[in-house]
Amino acid sequence: MKQIKLTSKRLAVVRAIILFAAVSMLLFGIFRGETTVVLQKGVRICLECIGIG
Amino acid sequence: MKRKNILQKIRPAVQTAAAVLFNGYAAGFAKGKIFTGKTKLFCVPVLNCYSCPGALGSCPIGSLQSVISDRKYSFSFYVLGFIMLFGIILGRVVCGFLCPFGFLQELIFKIPLKKVKLNRKLDRLFRYLKYIILAVFVFGLPLLLSDKYGASSPYFCKWICPAGTLEGGFSLLALNESLRSAAGGLFVWKTTALIIILLLCIFIERPFCKYLCPLGAVYGLFNRFSFFRTEIDKSKCTSCHGCERVCPMQVEVLKDPNSAECIRCGKCGSFCPESAIKLEALFSLEKVSKEKDSSCKHRE
Repeated sequence: MKQIKLTSKRLAVVRAIILFAAVSMLLFGIFRGETTVVLQKGVRICLECIGIG
Repeated sequence: MKRKNILQKIRPAVQTAAAVLFNGYAAGFAKGKIFTGKTKLFCVPVLNCYSCPGALGSCPIGSLQSVISDRKYSFSFYVLGFIMLFGIILGRVVCGFLCPFGFLQELIFKIPLKKVKLNRKLDRLFRYLKYIILAVFVFGLPLLLSDKYGASSPYFCKWICPAGTLEGGFSLLALNESLRSAAGGLFVWKTTALIIILLLCIFIERPFCKYLCPLGAVYGLFNRFSFFRTEIDKSKCTSCHGCERVCPMQVEVLKDPNSAECIRCGKCGSFCPESAIKLEALFSLEKVSKEKDSSCKHRE
């Protein structure tokens, strides 16, 4: 299988795509209300995490 | 010589500062309580238990499992967006410069006892373990093992994560009698797992990062594309393989400098007697213009 050479231009394009996807996912997650779950979990002691279960 | 060692000199300071920054809620350690401020909306880039009394942000792996195991969602765009952002900007620079648990492993490795390097075949096989842990414990089990209400548990945090036991478990149990009395078999298991990993750290360099960390597994996938890359100047390299000997992650630096296993600690570059190895941020403008020149000449 022919290997695609990662030139600087191709790298810049891949980075731009991933950056765009990351920011879009972040914003979509905020729109969906996932931040509430993250915050709720973060501000309570996670009994499973500390080994209480 | 000074320029070569600057990265190695500042790295411990950066690691210490990061550990303090991510766990800066000192009052939590004094009171035996966790921080409940709004900064926990945001994920830190490292594996850092949000039940650590000092934690100011949320652990990305813990948060990912929380959202997946929630009744309402089965996938987290928000947390994955964060992970992708850290991944593409930093890649495994997070592991080499920011992760407190990675730093702890390095400190323990300094204990002057016999060091072990696993046989290459065995080492290569065990490296896949972290991807299995990612797939099964971080994504699979929280998604599939839910109760009748649709809620599940963060299985990686519950059964494996040593950072949670150390940062959250020990600190909170030491300061809260009610939690101490509730500790049972699971706490014994997690403490055992933590002790085994810490003991391994004496003999093997960064065993958790190499074989078990699901966050490192994800960031490693971005190493090839992240803004931080390792570049080798082939005109200067004499193939002495010294870089590979000093590499804590046993990366074949000359073959694959942007391997998913590279934590960007910079030891290879610091060692290289020919200064052939550089950790580059963003992209090299010199390289872009050289490529443009060579393609124009080709057309002529």
